[in-house]
Amino acid sequence: MTIESIESFRGRARTWLAGNMPRTAGQGPAPIVEDDSHEWQWARELQKKLYAGGFAGICFPKEYGGLGLTPAHQQAFNEESEGYEMPLLLNSPTFSICAPTLLDMGTEEQKRERIGAAIRGEEIMCQFLSEPGGGSDLAGVRTRADRDGDHFVLSGAKIWSTSAYAADWGLCLARTDWDVPKHHGLTMFLVSTRAPGVTINRIRMVNGNREFCEEFFDDVRLPASAVVGEVGDGWRVASQQLYHERSAMGGGSPYTSGRGQPAIMPGATPVEVAAALGRTDDPRVRELLGEYLALNEVAEQTSARVTRAIEAGVLPPTAASMLRLLTAEASHLRHDLAVEIAGANVATGVGNDEGIQGRAAIGFLMRQAASLGGGSDEMSRNVVGERVLGMPREHAPDRGVPFKQVRNGR
Amino acid sequence: MELALSPDQKLFRTSARGLLEEEHSLDRVREMKDGEPRWSRDWWRRGAELGWAAALVPEELGGGSVSGEGVRDLALLAEELGADVAPGPLLPVNVVLAGLVEAHGQGPDHTAEIEALAAGESIATWAVYGPGREWSPSEPDVTATPVDGGFVLDGAKDRVQDADQADLLLITAATPDGVAQFLIPAETDGVSIAPQWTVDLSRSFSEVRFDGVRVGAGTLVGEPGTEPGAGRVIERQLQIAAVIQCAEVTAVLDRAFGMTLQWTFDRHSFGRPLASYQALKHRLADMRTSLEACHATTQAAAAAVQADGPDAARSVSVAKSFVGQRSLPMLQECVQLHGGLGVTWEHDLHLFLRRAVLDRAVYGTPRDHRLRLADLASL
Repeated sequence: MTIESIESFRGRARTWLAGNMPRTAGQGPAPIVEDDSHEWQWARELQKKLYAGGFAGICFPKEYGGLGLTPAHQQAFNEESEGYEMPLLLNSPTFSICAPTLLDMGTEEQKRERIGAAIRGEEIMCQFLSEPGGGSDLAGVRTRADRDGDHFVLSGAKIWSTSAYAADWGLCLARTDWDVPKHHGLTMFLVSTRAPGVTINRIRMVNGNREFCEEFFDDVRLPASAVVGEVGDGWRVASQQLYHERSAMGGGSPYTSGRGQPAIMPGATPVEVAAALGRTDDPRVRELLGEYLALNEVAEQTSARVTRAIEAGVLPPTAASMLRLLTAEASHLRHDLAVEIAGANVATGVGNDEGIQGRAAIGFLMRQAASLGGGSDEMSRNVVGERVLGMPREHAPDRGVPFKQVRNGR
Repeated sequence: MELALSPDQKLFRTSARGLLEEEHSLDRVREMKDGEPRWSRDWWRRGAELGWAAALVPEELGGGSVSGEGVRDLALLAEELGADVAPGPLLPVNVVLAGLVEAHGQGPDHTAEIEALAAGESIATWAVYGPGREWSPSEPDVTATPVDGGFVLDGAKDRVQDADQADLLLITAATPDGVAQFLIPAETDGVSIAPQWTVDLSRSFSEVRFDGVRVGAGTLVGEPGTEPGAGRVIERQLQIAAVIQCAEVTAVLDRAFGMTLQWTFDRHSFGRPLASYQALKHRLADMRTSLEACHATTQAAAAAVQADGPDAARSVSVAKSFVGQRSLPMLQECVQLHGGLGVTWEHDLHLFLRRAVLDRAVYGTPRDHRLRLADLASL
């Protein structure tokens, strides 16, 4: 069967977008609002429009509601979609992480129902991975799922799940066997966020952002059909999620539709601060701006190079951790220079408004987020040292030991 | 380094390595005496036979590149020679050729000089720095005063690489019509060349004085003026110089990092290899990340200069400022991890550090290139 040529697809997309999708308004940073449910509703409506127009789920297989086309088609669509409102909120984690993982490892029923509903704009997904006691030790999950006849009973707590409050389903990693070493006793479940016993709270970050959530599971009953992959094989499913997450963060996911990120983080670039405060003529400021522009570009160049090197097998997939470190460094420099250039004005706004310099200050409060999210810098350095450079592994007392014997807290 | 090389590029690299090992080694660089020539003309001529001066020159002018992308081939060669901190006029000859080729077809004809340089029969170098001055090629302090059908050059330059062995000098000078460049024999009356100390043991630099030097109008390269005249040609020369520097420094970093990583496996203290200490693993991980970034930005700059598009200037300044900024701390970190051995004359690390100090400093410091980035971004 022949598929539509990219140029033909691009032409149809251009015409359809012009006739159906709303144009984006000006590029002002979105204010942080307490209740953003209308934004999620709007994203669902935009996704429904894409689906009705035949442009949703471009790279997902036809049998699960997608178009079965290639990354090049998605790329062409992304280029054409510039300047139009797109359901960017749904890209991560729904389309770029959860749906591809189900596609790789879910049951036929899970793929047909959940991926299809997401593509139709009816459902949103999230990830229940990290735990309050876990930190960097992701596989040290203590949320438990105990068998009860042909059901499982889920209890425990999760944290740092992005936009779980807006989601319908979550991929939840839980321990089903405590007698085997930690990576072996895990199972992934597909959990309805509205199941009895599920409580979701939003976490307020220092910049006012409330995208992250914490969840409590109190004896949530799950049918056997909720298992993703095999019982006891949850770490493999989680690894696949992490792989898709890295691809998405590196800009390499074919399941991401539209360009750019949803505007949810306040902040100001050094260039914006210099312009707003009229400091672009100061040679000292210009030098800092040059440093900022250079590192930004180097981070992009390195991302492109390492991605190609991993694809070509020149570097191992773990080399992506170098990009994680470099991206964090570029982010730190952006915040540091914004504060530096704002000078004596960084701590106060313009009347009641925080102004550009205030945005720089708020952004700075969240500076370390780039070194914490998706695994800490310290974990990335271990990965580069041990998996890329082949240096000896850190001693781990929990390796090869039944998980119930592993020490937890003091 | 490029991720994948064609068979021709691999051969180009292997042949360069062969000739390099025949004549030069790190031990030889270490033992070089003041005033001793750093390289022989015969050796350079043999290098030219392997294509060391041909990459930027079109075939009809006696050149040619193995991949058809001369700038990338030149970067490859600079890495190969740079990894051994090789002596030789790779940078000055190719930079002058870049200028002559860029200006070809405007102003006086220099076909014969291009052909002789590409064949390795002649050596040329770029005299651009005013004595003691920072990078400011558009404000030369050597003057070229028009007199009956020619010019008189007055003033001085310093940091002129390999001027002591050069046949031709490419001089950036001020004329009443703006900046201009002149290609003159080094032996012209009124030109005096004196050696200048340098930190890099395998390089030689000179101060060059011009006292009422009379030159014909035929020595002009291209046309005076900033745009599109000499300014465009000088920009091209800078771009080639910076790509060569970034490539050789990245190769130096690659080698120093490899030595240091191996050292952490071999060296034991308190009964365990240095590589097993997490504090050191993390430092090596950061260095490895910086190294990858240096490769990436150098490769991107070489590709942009090859394409000669509007982003070439920016790419070059991104790479030159980044590699310059990263190279010295990275090499000092290598020294630190080697312990006291790292600051001994017998160890190779100082040879690398010397080259990195030199290449960071000339053809624009990181600061110069950051300011250029701000200019190029129209901020």
